[in-house]
Amino acid sequence: MIKTDALIIGAGPTGLFCAHQLGIIGLKCEIVDNLDKIGGQCIELYPDKPIYDIPAIPQCTGEELTNNLIEQIKPFNINFHLSDRVQEIKKEKENWRVKTLNGKEFLTPNIVIAGGVGSFEPRKFPIKSADKFDGKTVLYSIKDKTIFKDKSVVIFGGGDSALDWAIELSKSSKVTLIHRRDEFRGAQSSVDKVKELQKNNKLEIFTKFSIKDVKGNGKLESVEIKDDDGNSKLISADYVLGFFGLIMQLGPILDWGLNIDKKTIPVNTETFETNKQGIFAIGDICTYPGKLKLILSGFHEGALAARGCFKYARPDEKLRFEFTTTSKAVQNRLGLKND
Amino acid sequence: MAKITYIEHGGKKYEIDVANGLTVMEGAVQNDIPGIDADCGGSMACATCHVYVKEDWFPKLPNKETGEDDMLDQAYEPKANSRLSCQITVSDELNGLVVHLPEKQV
Repeated sequence: MIKTDALIIGAGPTGLFCAHQLGIIGLKCEIVDNLDKIGGQCIELYPDKPIYDIPAIPQCTGEELTNNLIEQIKPFNINFHLSDRVQEIKKEKENWRVKTLNGKEFLTPNIVIAGGVGSFEPRKFPIKSADKFDGKTVLYSIKDKTIFKDKSVVIFGGGDSALDWAIELSKSSKVTLIHRRDEFRGAQSSVDKVKELQKNNKLEIFTKFSIKDVKGNGKLESVEIKDDDGNSKLISADYVLGFFGLIMQLGPILDWGLNIDKKTIPVNTETFETNKQGIFAIGDICTYPGKLKLILSGFHEGALAARGCFKYARPDEKLRFEFTTTSKAVQNRLGLKND
Repeated sequence: MAKITYIEHGGKKYEIDVANGLTVMEGAVQNDIPGIDADCGGSMACATCHVYVKEDWFPKLPNKETGEDDMLDQAYEPKANSRLSCQITVSDELNGLVVHLPEKQV
């Protein structure tokens, strides 16, 4: 069990800068994120797209912004718990006991929800019949590729994940690749490779088709696909893989008794505390009159939430306002050498 | 200004006057029409403002920008007349536009 002054949910820019602000005022924090990397939407949705409205940075990409924030919080040695999701929270006297999907436990007086629009989850097939095979023979990610050896694998999708796995699995499996239109959005080299494999009968491609049904009694047997004109085809399959990108879902946050307004959490604008004591919400996930879903607003919200955390983490101390330019205490926390 | 008709999956209709310059997505969100989530806020980074444009209107809309089809690949049940409503900017020419909302966005 990890004791900390604050637990931040979400490693996007807002969560990262809040961690910085907590560090500046001398509080420790831990960060949990469902993605396997730091950066949130910036890294998952637009790593290469330039952003033009970060104050004093005329232009930077989502990836550059993330890397700069990681650099900025380095002095605080913050622990990240990636590929994990906060599942359950429970009030215990002055603290929240927090449990994650991977079984980690935290004890903290403060939870800062910087969860953006929710955690990223794979988008699933829109058909009910796929649910009963979900996680067994209908998959949205691959952990162990050896299970596909000498099997029939039907892959849906047109992006890099779909193409890369089609290429990789075609070496030892019977692969069929299905996409809803003729153009693939993956890297051109992968598209060329897939078409070459098709020409050499190493894999089959059906475009302008989408999933209609999966069939099988207990065990998956086949997948039925349809085109826009209503024609359908049956393809035998041991495994069906879907790579349709990620969607964002609020998930367990909905069960914590927080006020929720259209997928966002109302907060007071003094400390960004929610209706629950010691739970704060900042960034895209919070709402208040005049809320702007901008990264810069998230920075401001994180700075104030960090101060809000102080009174629960150090109930007997008074928080002094200090500047990084002049405060020896703050400069010590930043690891700077003072003369 | 254009009158835009949003039709929910269940058939419920909303006729809304949407100001020029707004997007079809914003017209829905600002008028609390259920069925358009717009998680990313209109930056073409998700696919949760997906609509089916009524067939006769589809060819009259300005063409898709690069990237819109890539996002539509990730939408719930995309069809030939699918668009992201955040990428359709309202003008007088769109008066009478009809869009159908999918069963769900995610």
